[in-house]
Amino acid sequence: MKIMVAVKRVVDYAVKIRVRPDKNGVETQNVKMSMNPFCEIALEEALKIKESGFAKEVVAVSMGPSNCVDTLRTGLAMGADRAIHVEASRDLVPLTVAKLLKKLVEVENPGLLILGKQAIDDDCNQTGQMIAGLLGWPQGTFASKVVLDKEKHTASVDREVDGGLETLCLDLPAVITTDLRLNQPRYATLPNIMKAKSKPIKKYTPEELNVEIKSDFEVVQVTEPPKRKAGVILSSVDELIDKLKNEAHVI
Amino acid sequence: MQRIIAASSLCSRILRNERQRAFSSSSSLLFDDTQLQFKESVRQFALENIAPHASKIDQSNSFPKEVNLWKLMGDFNLHGITAPEEYGGLGLGYLYHCIAMEEISRASGSVGLSYGAHSNLCINQLVRNGSPSQKEKYLPKLISGEHVGALAMSEPNAGSDVVSMKCKADRVDGGYLINGNKMWCTNGPTAQTLVVYAKTNVTAGSKGITAFIIEKGMPGYSTAQKLDKLGMRGSDTCELVFENCFVPEENVLGKEGKGVYVLMSGLDLERLVLSAGPVGIMQACLDVVLPYIRERSQFGRPIGEFQFIQGKVADMYTSLQSSRSYVYSVARDCDNGRVDPRFLLFSLYPIPILKDFLVFFFGTMLKSTSNVYLTGHFNSNYFFGGAF
Repeated sequence: MKIMVAVKRVVDYAVKIRVRPDKNGVETQNVKMSMNPFCEIALEEALKIKESGFAKEVVAVSMGPSNCVDTLRTGLAMGADRAIHVEASRDLVPLTVAKLLKKLVEVENPGLLILGKQAIDDDCNQTGQMIAGLLGWPQGTFASKVVLDKEKHTASVDREVDGGLETLCLDLPAVITTDLRLNQPRYATLPNIMKAKSKPIKKYTPEELNVEIKSDFEVVQVTEPPKRKAGVILSSVDELIDKLKNEAHVI
Repeated sequence: MQRIIAASSLCSRILRNERQRAFSSSSSLLFDDTQLQFKESVRQFALENIAPHASKIDQSNSFPKEVNLWKLMGDFNLHGITAPEEYGGLGLGYLYHCIAMEEISRASGSVGLSYGAHSNLCINQLVRNGSPSQKEKYLPKLISGEHVGALAMSEPNAGSDVVSMKCKADRVDGGYLINGNKMWCTNGPTAQTLVVYAKTNVTAGSKGITAFIIEKGMPGYSTAQKLDKLGMRGSDTCELVFENCFVPEENVLGKEGKGVYVLMSGLDLERLVLSAGPVGIMQACLDVVLPYIRERSQFGRPIGEFQFIQGKVADMYTSLQSSRSYVYSVARDCDNGRVDPRFLLFSLYPIPILKDFLVFFFGTMLKSTSNVYLTGHFNSNYFFGGAF
């Protein structure tokens, strides 16, 4: 079985974000970028499944400008066998990513598609669900545990939902999106970094895959959340009611 | 005046571009993609596995008990960077070794020093001078981190004049009997394998030195009190005592009487690798200072906006970058076969630079009268207790 993992290059989680002066987005120039933490967890899970013998190959996929290759190299250094880069110069929205992934799935025929539950830059939490819908595949999102059954060709996924933990049984092929507690991603050790240099990265363009890059929405403005104002200590309940009624207008 | 203006514009550019913990040393000229990837990888590893223990190591003056750092570093293939692959090493060069040394020292200076002593002073010496059977016997466990390595040459009365060492090795049937003391042996208290230099011919001066491989547990070999150092606390250092310690013939490293070549050529390369330590420490200081001067406000502004502070930080930055450039260009030359002892002597350059750097660092921190910031972690990085 082949496993495909989609990874995204995002601003490093430790970086202090700043809004650009033109308010069109977040400052990404000269800012440290790395693989989305949830994507790291997705890749780690794929590698674990391969190591336990359920899969033969792990393919990492990333979409975006040419510097996505850095992220793919990290993925290869972690242990992925091959990588695919879909070169696109503009920002891609989840639906476009899902459509591109669908075309790649048709080419590669993986038995499992694993993604991070969301990217830490847009927090969309949509791509996994959309691709499952486009492919008509079952989905297990917010996975905190994945167990494969080789004979039955199914995956048992524990999901972290608001009410607690839910266990689903999915027929393969399926889409799984990973949550934080699924595993602890491995480091890229130096021998693997060396080996990764010779692993292939295949390039595609959206035109080759017959997908049009368009977005149904545009970002109008990005601003920082308003600064927290200092609190006020009140002296009586009457004063509280007065403020709630006349200042905050909530009652 | 010009210098201050130039420094402050450099500094404000640094302040604008840097982000907390994401301050990447703009060293794309020094490293290629693979080396940068490796550097980043070791950084992550050190940040998560070594840095959390740094201040406790300093306070308790020893390695942490609850986690085996040697094994962790061995699992990460950090010990045998320059050792052949057949013994578990990576067969790479000094550039990679320096990168590892820098990033480990960045997390904890003491761990960096011990790591340097183990991986370069001991392991690399065995790699360069050991016989196939010696390498077979000692390298695998040293490289995996199961065993700790050390090197002993200095004595109470032989520091700079190390050739005048008094530790004797008398020829006996089947081997040698060693008598004498060694001082300031890094990793001495815990090492299982030690490279020790002794005089087989006291009258022959430098030509009378032989290098030996000592194993912990050899009768007649013991370690004395652990030294309580001012700095680099946690890097275990002690005195070694040899009282009629029998060493078999097959434990001679190199040839009898040729120990000085082992010693001197090893020292050249040791200086290179260990000089990456101060570079890491300087980087660690900068990691602390830069966010601090943006957050700390006095007189209504972040102190990073004051020219004086900007000047100091610019000086720190340029010291760091110049040291780093020097260390890695020498490392690159060594890897390309151009081992020039003069350059290696001057690869110690980062150390006096570090001293100046720390003056700026202290100046910046104390300027704002904040004693709180001098955490135990950094106390361990300030001084070099005679290790060189």
